Amino acid sequence: MSRRLVVATCLLLAARAALALDATPPIADPVLQQRYLAMTHELRCMQCQNESLADSQVALAADLRREVHELILAGKTDEQIRAHFVDRYGEFILFRPRMNWRNAWLWSAPIVLLLIGAGVAVRVIRRRAPLLDSDVAPIDGEPPPR
Amino acid sequence: MNRFVLPLVVFGLLVIVLVVGLIHAPNKEVIASPLIGRNAPEFSLPNLQAGDAPVSTALLRGGWHLVNVWGTWCVACRAEHDELLQIAKAGQVPIIGIDWKDTNGDAEQWLALFGNPYAAVGTDQDGRVAIDWGVYGAPESFLVDPQGVVVEKLVGPMSAELWQGKFLPHLNAAPGGKS
Repeated sequence: MSRRLVVATCLLLAARAALALDATPPIADPVLQQRYLAMTHELRCMQCQNESLADSQVALAADLRREVHELILAGKTDEQIRAHFVDRYGEFILFRPRMNWRNAWLWSAPIVLLLIGAGVAVRVIRRRAPLLDSDVAPIDGEPPPR
Repeated sequence: MNRFVLPLVVFGLLVIVLVVGLIHAPNKEVIASPLIGRNAPEFSLPNLQAGDAPVSTALLRGGWHLVNVWGTWCVACRAEHDELLQIAKAGQVPIIGIDWKDTNGDAEQWLALFGNPYAAVGTDQDGRVAIDWGVYGAPESFLVDPQGVVVEKLVGPMSAELWQGKFLPHLNAAPGGKS
């Protein structure tokens, strides 16, 4: 590959960062900026429902990103920020649903299914464990089992 | 014989779970608002009519109000506009407009062109009040009772059927409700 092509490719890849949707200026504190990025990725853009705030280019997402930005700078915890949005938009805005009485059965399903599986396994193993008569019959030329 | 019973029961349970899931499958167009049954969010917006008092929560006290979030960029808002004019003409409920992410010039032109159903319009240019109201797609309409509690919400254009089916019953059921 010619050097020119390599340079052009690198420039193109670098340009991707400049095309990022999120025009919010990054927070100087890298820890806060990290939280901002995490938060905007786990909140749903309500208008284009399968995109996160970070991925969406609609105006509402930009407004909601600004809101997250301000709340983080105001010293709110992640949980407070989630509550802030759930308060306004309902739980649907969370990509990771919370556990509640309505979805408890879903959360408990893995454990319940594991227990059922274990029960079935125990039954099958128990049933197969006893030796059959043929297993204890004397074999020619060998002393009988005691 | 017995060995078929358990799989059948499991299958039956699975069918029940799936049927219940299908029946209760949420309509993705309509997301239940956590606002219903709660006080309308506090807000105060500049009045589109320059010089008039700000459009604020105080305006919603003491009578039923329909809060309508709209914008001149919103196609569906044009679709519901005539119905809003009808509701305003009936005079049962004053409509408070929140002009969302719009410019005053465009809004004034829109109202001059298509008629003004609003008792007052607040301008929410940066969209902060809309976030507090949980707005995610204009037009949205909220029915607020005299105590300032949100009792009904509609996402999408208002129609005569929706107004009569979803909104009017609240008004008529209220003690002292008109008509």
